[in-house]
Amino acid sequence: MGFLNFFKKTEASGLTRLPSGSFTVDASGRVLTSTLPSGFPASYTQEIAVQVLSSFKQAREAQLPLSELVVNYASLRLTARELRGGAIIFLAPQTFKRS
Amino acid sequence: MADRPKILLLDDEDDLLDMYKEVFSQLPSRPEIQTSNSGARAISLLESETFSLLISDLNMPKMDGLQVLSIVRRKFPLLRLVILTAVVDEQYRSRAYAMGVDLFWQKPATAQEIKLFSECIESLLDQGNAGGFRGVQSKSLIDIIQLECLSQSSSVLKLTNGGREGRIWVLNGEIIDAATEALKGEEAFKEVSSWRNGSFETFPAEPERVRTIFTNYQSLLLESVQTLDEAQEQKNDPAVAASNKIDKLRQFGGLDFVLAVPLSGKASAESWGLENHEAVAAWARSSIGSFQKLGSALKIGDIETILASGSQAHVGLVQIEDSALCAGFKRAVSLEKVRDNLKAMSIKWAS
Repeated sequence: MGFLNFFKKTEASGLTRLPSGSFTVDASGRVLTSTLPSGFPASYTQEIAVQVLSSFKQAREAQLPLSELVVNYASLRLTARELRGGAIIFLAPQTFKRS
Repeated sequence: MADRPKILLLDDEDDLLDMYKEVFSQLPSRPEIQTSNSGARAISLLESETFSLLISDLNMPKMDGLQVLSIVRRKFPLLRLVILTAVVDEQYRSRAYAMGVDLFWQKPATAQEIKLFSECIESLLDQGNAGGFRGVQSKSLIDIIQLECLSQSSSVLKLTNGGREGRIWVLNGEIIDAATEALKGEEAFKEVSSWRNGSFETFPAEPERVRTIFTNYQSLLLESVQTLDEAQEQKNDPAVAASNKIDKLRQFGGLDFVLAVPLSGKASAESWGLENHEAVAAWARSSIGSFQKLGSALKIGDIETILASGSQAHVGLVQIEDSALCAGFKRAVSLEKVRDNLKAMSIKWAS
């Protein structure tokens, strides 16, 4: 059955893994520090920062000032804490919990 | 031969495509098989013809399987999706399921695995893609339960509707118990039977299950049908429906405010306990929209919940179909409790 090994292709090089780590941004959305893997596209980091800061800003405008925001996706948890106009943002991939 | 199901195979290796084609063409339903070695070509094929099933590799150059999935799931919501990959990684499996695949399968390495995989594909093709509950197509849940009861069956029905899961225990044709996340017994049955679509599985009976429902099945089903009819009538006046629903949510302890925000159409937000509800509605609408967009870009599935804490309140936000439900709780209520309450509220809201 050696020919069945033909089915195998084991590396996932073309896929972007979800990152685990954190980064900080200032009030203008500039990334200051990051522990995210270098392979994670900077454009994604920037996009996350923009959405988080915008959500904090809009909440303030609605007289609902927030200090923490947790967005639970099906396969990633994004936790953002407000830092003097900027934010520290944690990313943690979620996998299925096994009982 | 017009009824032959159609499978589209997507893999960047042409030799593998030929082999899959050979394997799947032997299936009992004799599917018509087309192949594509790139995501872009696969999408254009899907746009030009109707397929029953897409079987896609994950690791491909240019457009990877997750990118294909995110496009296909939106453009062709009824298409069944299978990932067939050599990538053994729990994270990718979770992401693929989060994006709505029907099956995630590691590329078979033995003849036995190929046989099992082929059987799964045949089973998926059998199920077709009509509406209703997957498993018994074109049947409502009420029909399915009625069939179980009329045939005097004993079984456990496991029902899934989006992120919600419920079980109904049937013993000798009588409904004896039901459970869903926050509810039990008759309440749970009413809740589960209001689900309009989803998937269901049948498990062996559990005769030792303690009976909590004593109303006969005819009465239970009749009541469910009436509730569904009333809900349908309410849909004609969304503002009244939303206002009634908000009233029902006020029972949750520690609640500061509730806000229901339509995400599409011209209907305005309905709220309780909020003075500036338009501003909060704008935040809710924008946060759901932008984080949903971010989820699509990162290919991490839909938002389950957004939880926030502030100096005045803890806030939970969840999307239910084309509305957002936003609930504020007193700070004394823990975020964990907020999350649990939000889940229970969204179930109540959707019912």
